[in-house]
Amino acid sequence: MSVFQEAALVAGKDLRIEARARVISQQILPFGLIVLLLFAFALDPDRGVLQRVAPGLFWITVLLASLLGVSRAFSVEAENGARDGLRLSGLDGSSIFLGKAVALAVELLVFEALLTVGVVVLFDVRLASLPALVLGTIAATVGLAAAGTLYGVLAAGIRARETLVPVLLLPIVAPVLLGATRAWEASIDGVPGDAWPWVALLGIFAVLFVGIGMLAFGPLLEES
Amino acid sequence: MPLVVRLRSAVCLLGRFPALAGVDLDVAPGETVLLSGGNGAGKTTLLRLVAGLLPLHQGDGEVLGTDLSRDRRSHRRRIGFVGQDTGCYDDLTVRENLRFATKAAGASTEAADEALAALELERLADVHHGKLSTGQRRRLGLAIAFARHPDLFLLDEPHAGLDAPGRAYLDRVLARAAQEGRSVLIASHELELVRPFATREVVLTNGQAHGALPVAPEPAAALEPVETTP
Repeated sequence: MSVFQEAALVAGKDLRIEARARVISQQILPFGLIVLLLFAFALDPDRGVLQRVAPGLFWITVLLASLLGVSRAFSVEAENGARDGLRLSGLDGSSIFLGKAVALAVELLVFEALLTVGVVVLFDVRLASLPALVLGTIAATVGLAAAGTLYGVLAAGIRARETLVPVLLLPIVAPVLLGATRAWEASIDGVPGDAWPWVALLGIFAVLFVGIGMLAFGPLLEES
Repeated sequence: MPLVVRLRSAVCLLGRFPALAGVDLDVAPGETVLLSGGNGAGKTTLLRLVAGLLPLHQGDGEVLGTDLSRDRRSHRRRIGFVGQDTGCYDDLTVRENLRFATKAAGASTEAADEALAALELERLADVHHGKLSTGQRRRLGLAIAFARHPDLFLLDEPHAGLDAPGRAYLDRVLARAAQEGRSVLIASHELELVRPFATREVVLTNGQAHGALPVAPEPAAALEPVETTP
């Protein structure tokens, strides 16, 4: 099998597990909506304020949800010696990385799509320029998924991984928060030209972490 | 004929503890080697070392032509490992777990279905792994190892939790492995069940192997345990 066929096998397995466990629909999505509501309560009932900060709130919520997704992606490998099963499977480390990152990216994209509806409804936000917004969201999500998968396996064999992953991951993905928020702001304000440099930054981040992950995931999995 | 497993003065540390403290072991093609010894003797560690799941800290090790000190991964596709855990996912069904493991090893879907039938797991094919009993999980672990058509079986207490039909199937797997020239390294406390299939018995004590080197000329012949000074 090629790297992509092996990655598809791993991604299919992870997505099937998530579809069965319904962690996104029953835990992560309600979590995201609750965070949005809490922000709305905490900041101001004035919709003007919420509209201005909506992109930042959206991406902070996505970041927090991605931590849950990363934790979940590796907790399934901790059951029944599944991580050993994966290592013994004969699959290449880069294929496993790609598969797990793709599955996480798909889960995050579903979450973001539903959360976008929540932002539009709760904060009365109008999405003026969709191409920059969609491309920026995809690039940011790929970057988050790649970095999350890489740091997830780094902490996989550690007992305190649930607390370690946020400490390791959040500083690394700060550029995603910045870039994605700016790209969304520009798209919402209707000045898409301002969004493209940020979309490019997000694309570079994504390519960088996909590359590093493909190289480093295998050795890290062996040591986990 | 090249050896399937060749360990010389193999040391494997778990933390700072030498779980294997200078083991010599040869396994020839078609051999079934029984690993016996008390709890903590190093049987599971030896199997995990051979599988490449643990690093070789000192000494030399070669498994299926792969030098363990340089590469712990290349030979894994050719290994059928049945450990104390199944390595399966609770939210996948028996069939899905089996197909994932066999596809990953490059084996066909038909091989997975054959193993499913051979281990009489068909009626459980759509049951989630999380709902299986211990014995059923052990059967699934055996089915996965069997479906991958490995050159080397590594079996860690494979009889544990198995009912009579499961044990009968395991006997057939061991007999068939010998017939097909596959090698088996099997760690067990149930010596009377394994000895009829073993070409040799290696006794592990405190991370050291006794009776490990001589290779029996006739596979599948039951031998008495041999204990020698290392």
